[in-house]
Amino acid sequence: MNILHDERIDGALPDVDKPALLNALRTDMPELQILHQREDLKPYECDGLSAYRTTPLLVVLPDRIEQVQQIMRICHQRHVPVVARGAGTGLSGGALPLEKGVLLVMARFNRILEIDPEARCARVQPGVRNLAISEAAAAHQLYYAPDPSSQIACSIGGNVAENAGGVHCLKYGLTVHNLLQVEIVTVEGERMTLGSHALDAAGYDLMALFTGSEGMLGIVVEVTVKLLPKPPMARVLMASFDDIGKAGRAVGEIISAGIIPGGLEMMDNLAIRAAEDFIHAGYPVEAAAILLCELDGVESDVNEDTDTVRNVLEAAGATEIRIAKDEAERQRFWAGRKNAFPAVGRMSPDYYCMDGTIPRRELPHVLQGIADLSDTYGLRVANVFHAGDGNMHPLILFDANQEGELERAEELGGKILELCVKVGGSITGEHGVGREKINQMCTQFNDDELELFHAVKAAFDPQCLLNPGKNIPTLHRCAEFGAMHIHNGELPFPELERF
Amino acid sequence: MSQVEQHSHRPGERAASDTEAALLEQVCSAIHSRTPLSIQGGGSKSFLGHSVPGELLDISPHRGIVTYDPTELVITVRAGTRLSTLQAELDAQGQMLAFEPPHFSDRATVGGMLASGLSGPRRPWTGSARDFVLGTRVITGQGKLLRFGGEVMKNVAGYDLSRLLVGSYGTLGIITEASMKVLPKPRASAHLSLEMDPGAALQKLSEWGQKPFPITAACHDGNALHLRLEGGTGSVKDATEMLGGDELDPAFWTQLRELTLPFFSDPRPLWRLSLPNHSPLLNTEGDELIDWGGAQRWLKTDMSEHAVQQLALSLGGHATCYTPGHSEYPFQPLPPLLMKHHQQLKQKLDPSAIFNLGRLYALL
Repeated sequence: MNILHDERIDGALPDVDKPALLNALRTDMPELQILHQREDLKPYECDGLSAYRTTPLLVVLPDRIEQVQQIMRICHQRHVPVVARGAGTGLSGGALPLEKGVLLVMARFNRILEIDPEARCARVQPGVRNLAISEAAAAHQLYYAPDPSSQIACSIGGNVAENAGGVHCLKYGLTVHNLLQVEIVTVEGERMTLGSHALDAAGYDLMALFTGSEGMLGIVVEVTVKLLPKPPMARVLMASFDDIGKAGRAVGEIISAGIIPGGLEMMDNLAIRAAEDFIHAGYPVEAAAILLCELDGVESDVNEDTDTVRNVLEAAGATEIRIAKDEAERQRFWAGRKNAFPAVGRMSPDYYCMDGTIPRRELPHVLQGIADLSDTYGLRVANVFHAGDGNMHPLILFDANQEGELERAEELGGKILELCVKVGGSITGEHGVGREKINQMCTQFNDDELELFHAVKAAFDPQCLLNPGKNIPTLHRCAEFGAMHIHNGELPFPELERF
Repeated sequence: MSQVEQHSHRPGERAASDTEAALLEQVCSAIHSRTPLSIQGGGSKSFLGHSVPGELLDISPHRGIVTYDPTELVITVRAGTRLSTLQAELDAQGQMLAFEPPHFSDRATVGGMLASGLSGPRRPWTGSARDFVLGTRVITGQGKLLRFGGEVMKNVAGYDLSRLLVGSYGTLGIITEASMKVLPKPRASAHLSLEMDPGAALQKLSEWGQKPFPITAACHDGNALHLRLEGGTGSVKDATEMLGGDELDPAFWTQLRELTLPFFSDPRPLWRLSLPNHSPLLNTEGDELIDWGGAQRWLKTDMSEHAVQQLALSLGGHATCYTPGHSEYPFQPLPPLLMKHHQQLKQKLDPSAIFNLGRLYALL
């Protein structure tokens, strides 16, 4: 089932008089940059999910909040859908444009408005890059904790829209745990403040609701994030295992020992070899799996934790344990992990990155399931995990130029996500649903739950003009998705069918 | 219930227990007859907000721990479970609810803890009640038993309804079960008091807050600055030696959390002000107690509710009245646009207007 917006099953979109809209925007905001020629629109056809492309009706690049408000007023009045976009690094197609919609690019809102070391917060515009916040706060020995792998490029507005995570989530939380206040512009062009500079705000926790809502409820125009004191020390242990199940169990045992590592990552053999070939991080290429365990804090605590973790890893059957001897080696160990996606990309013409989460105890079982699916579909899968919080990133290797491989990769990906749901997990831990996982939402939620999501959407955007078709599937789409599953009843793993 | 059976084929789905089914049945019948419901667990937090007219819906029979796997750092528990039961279970495994929820009575339940969304002294350093909620089972205003989120640490599928419900005082739906993240108890802790005036304490707290210092509770009760240090043996020892001061009875933190310190026996009305952490001393009519390292102020005052709420607003925060019946607006009034969206949300999630009407605001 194609994931591009299909009006037949994803909901009709209003027809737009493009010249009239363009004229209205130009008349109201002569200084606003608008792209509307085919060649100018090309760079905006996709986000980080580049296999899917749609040319937007037109692109607007405002640099003042008043312009965003005016754009929303005009679009609301004319019933024009609006898709907001930050840096466009999202992996689930959350910023995939619509042919009948305006693409609202927030990249020019790139100023850090205030770093307040006493209040330990930073007030920034939504187009500010994630890493730029920590760089600006470094002068005060403070930093912003969530660190998605794309942090050199991704913007904080997009992080809020997707509730972005990173390798340090288990200890420091997701985006939602690190926000104080979010300013939004509503579909009608009004400004509204959610949260506050205090630790809570009066009324419903709309900031929590908006975080991760994928641009469906409002446009983020300003963000205040919490800053934390930089841990004075971080140390990384790398443990090798000859069996991936043992590595999986070691993760649970570290937690059982009362340790919450700053980061706890796992890679399987294919990912290890890819990363080593690319980065030369010094990874053991013969190992079935490695664990990278980062311990951070003040020196004496890190020393205590290192001893505990080392003992746990030995008892769990690690074949080798190495401690990064200096900061350079620590950075190298992490470089291998942080570049695992492009490293795997070098082994194959194309790869498809999944984002399921599972209870940690299911790790060995799910890994076996993925290996079996990989065999069945004849496609290699490299596994990279945020093991500490059960967030898996299986990377499916394929060649889009080979007839049918993209479809096979997508189907395999869908099966992996269904396996995650089956063991009590989720189809997405941090990348979001967007369009990519719109069908799997029908597996994760039943019709009543989806209806309630649509009701929430209607409370903020009754005409469904904000990013229509993303995040929450229509019941119509789910009915067709379900029918397709039954139709293909002869597919492998019938026990995974759920319709 | 037929709604439940209809979806029981989904992976990981559990059918409603008898007590949950009874709650669902009462809600369905209330929707049908448009009878407002007054939702209650142990009643320990009923003094907060307006009293709610309507038929009593008692959550407390729906109790028990559903699953608890310490290595997952997750516990799933029914809403009627007493907080004391939950904490005993976690204690036995050396784990805790890191946000230290106030009980206010032995009868306090998990449902009331989440509906009020209140957190104790550790909140600024480890997060709030909503931060630790991973998933919920919810009875909705459509008369359905649904589930949102789950038992995994990270989950961004769909809107985060679980966190929306925390602190909504039962006005948007009924949480029947919740999965929460728990944490291991710290290896080492120390409790101490430092003689200094409140102004100096705020300055010190702001300074320490910018450093990796193992503080996990900080309160000035008008007499001295009281600190709790938690972490590894080494860091707690180092910080204790550096700070000096007098040893403090750890029971102080329980009394602070439960609002039973001598400060709270003052007969004047009690207000909670939630403020930016570096806000100055209030310097206003009445007595002030500083908690949350400066971000939460307790105020005993005879000032008018308007004056207290204006004061909180002017500092970038909000004020809640903790003295029942004293204030017409126990929760800080919202700006009109925000209230409009609250009403629209309430109307969508509780279309028959039956859940805890007026508890939080008259219009919800």
